[in-house]
Formats: sequence, structure tokens, C-alpha cells
Amino acid sequence: MAEDPYKILGVAKEASAEDIRKAYRKLAKKHHPDLNPGNKAAEEQFKAVSAANELLSDTEKRARYDHGEIDESGAEKAPPRGYRHYAEGAPGQRYSYSSGPEGFGGAAGFGGEENFEDIFSTIFQNRAGGTQAARGRDAHYVLAAEFLDAINGGAKRLTLPDGQVLDVKIPAGTEDGDTLRLRGRGTPGRNNGPAGDALIEIKVMPHKFYKRDGQDIRFELPVSVQEAVLGGKVTVPTPAGAVAMTIKPHSDSGVELRLRGRGVPAQGSRAAGDLYVKLRVVIGPVDVKLEEFLREWKPETAFDPRREMEGDSKG
Amino acid sequence: MITVEALFVEIHGLQRQDLERWIGNAWVRPDGDPGHYLFREIDVARIRLIMELREHLEIEEPALPTVLSLLDQLYDLRRRLRGLNAALEETVPAEIRERLLERLGGGLS
Repeated sequence: MAEDPYKILGVAKEASAEDIRKAYRKLAKKHHPDLNPGNKAAEEQFKAVSAANELLSDTEKRARYDHGEIDESGAEKAPPRGYRHYAEGAPGQRYSYSSGPEGFGGAAGFGGEENFEDIFSTIFQNRAGGTQAARGRDAHYVLAAEFLDAINGGAKRLTLPDGQVLDVKIPAGTEDGDTLRLRGRGTPGRNNGPAGDALIEIKVMPHKFYKRDGQDIRFELPVSVQEAVLGGKVTVPTPAGAVAMTIKPHSDSGVELRLRGRGVPAQGSRAAGDLYVKLRVVIGPVDVKLEEFLREWKPETAFDPRREMEGDSKG
Repeated sequence: MITVEALFVEIHGLQRQDLERWIGNAWVRPDGDPGHYLFREIDVARIRLIMELREHLEIEEPALPTVLSLLDQLYDLRRRLRGLNAALEETVPAEIRERLLERLGGGLS
């Protein structure tokens, strides 16, 4: 027998002992071999029903089956290996505390990762006598930054495990993975040694529509059919605020316009990047007039938008 | 690695919406994308762990992130200790290892 005994008896997993007894009686009567002489299928069914009842009518067996300790035939199942077996071995890296996403010690929290190198340098320094001045260890943190804060610069507050608060200034143009160093904000030194530094890795969160590409920023700008065909002035949201942009008549979906210097602002020797605006024509709500116009409209030049796809697919 | 379908066969009583929520919260991190997840053995064991925490230890979901994060830290540490142990075995002369064990009271196993 390999089927779910609850299914065989046609009862819910939460069924009471009484429900099970009733269901069994009903089915047993129906399939009883004496009532179905020579009916092989009924005999099999009767066996299955009896076995299912035997398992489910025994409170202890039923509980063990529900917990997956025994299978449908009542045979012991090998208990699955516990989580620890995997977590302590190499596979456990998958759920490593410091590699976790937001809320698990990764971004937005702090993955105060202390590796053995750090532990040992402390141990060996302790051995070395203890009166020597020693610099404190560097502390590592991960901080999540909004996309626009990373582009334009911003400030973010980081609360350390010991309750200390660090106000972290995120410089304009910060890239995902950049590490900021706050001097002297790491572990205190010993015997008047200098404190270590706080190393803060910035994790830049993705933006709803902007995508960063080096110093440039790209995004898609929805435009109406009129704007695309007739051209016109539209307002473009740039990371530094809205600017007006002129769309040339006959601009199609996919046309990319460049707003020079409107990408990531200049920092030090790096010049400001550009903002690439890719047009996406949106038809929007259609009214009767538009339908009528299109029905009547005979283009001067025949146009097949799928011409380039020809021969690239079957059929 | 197994698919979601195989997972439901493997784990008795697992609810689809629970699993989806746990993956959404990154408590479980399978390979692949929504709709095509692949679960490794450790993922299956972790799902069992979460179910046990909830059902047998009656830990409510709001408390789970804390419990899981503590467990993850603990296992991280134990994994590193194992790594340390292996490194010691490879690099440290037997005599010093013995002295280490003595000093630790045989606790480094």
C-alpha cells in the first residue's frame, strides 16, 4: 500500500476517531469480499481500507504517521537528517549569518563579521605581554542606502550592536559595494593604542525605474502617441529633479535621448555621467474617435513592424 | 536538488502559502526563480526546522527571524570552529596539539 490512508478512507487529516470509524465501516461494508464475491477490485479495496483503518484507528500509530515517523504500511522511516547536520558543514554557508539579505545581518543591519584572523590577532596580542599599546580592530558593517542617496549623496544613521550611533555620510556617486572608512570608530585600542576603524560597506538598493550604468543612468520614459508622433516638450524626472526635454516629431518607441551631465554627478576627477532616456510609447485609454480614425486610415507606405523577425521562427 | 512538487511529497504537512512566505522573508533561500525553485538538502532540512520550531516549540512567526538569526550565527561559529580544527590538524605539530587538548580539557573535538 502506498496511498495516503486519509485519502483511502476519504476523511480529513483532522478527522475525529469517530469520523474515521464511521468512514471505515461504510467502506468496509461496501467492499466486503463476502458481499462482492469474485470481485478482485473490491477485495483489493477492502484490504486497503482495512490497512488504512488499522493505522488511523490506533492513536499512537496515527500520531507517528502524521509526524512522518512511519509510512503508510506502518514501517519505520529513517528519521531525516537534522538541520544541524547540514548547517555545520560546508552547505551551511548558504545560510551564513553574515551573507544574509536584509534583516539577517546583511544589508540594512550589520554583518559584524569577525573572522579568525581578527580573533587570532587579539589572542596573540594578549599573549605578547599585555602592556604594549595595540590598535583596536576594524569593525565591519553593511549599510543599505537608497538609490538616490547613493547618486546625490545623503546621510544614514547606523546603530551599532553596542548601542552607539554612527551618522554615516554617503558621498554622491557611491557605488554598490563601496566601503567607507570612519577612522577611530572601530574597536577601542588597548593600553592607549588607537581605536580601529569602522568599515562600512554600502549596499545600494535598486530603484523603481533608474538603472545605473557606471557614471550614466538609464531609464524608460513613457510618452503618449501624440507626443511620439507630433513631438513636444515633456517633463523628465532626473535624479536631481525635473527638467524639460523636447521630443522630436516622429520619435518611435525605443528611441534613446541623452541628457548630458544629468547622470551621476561629478566627484573629484570623475566627470558627471549622462542620463539616457529611452522612449516607450503608451497608447493609453482608447476612445471611439481613435478607433474610427485608425479604421479609416490608409498609410501612404505599407509598414510591417515584424519584418525583421521573418525567417527567425518556424511556421 | 528537488523541485517544489517533490518537496511537498517529501515534507508532510507543509503548506504552500507558508513556504512562499518563508521564501519571501528569505528564511528559506532555494535556487532558481519563483515558480521554478530548486531545493537543496539543507533547504529541506531548514524547512523541517522551521516547521518544528513553529509546531513543536510553538514559536510564533514574528519571533522566528530572531531565532533563525541566532541559529545562523551559532552554526556559522560552529562551522568556523570546525574549519579551525581542520586547520590546526593540518598545520600544528602533534605535540602542540596534544598540549592544546590538555589545556582545553579535551574540549576541542
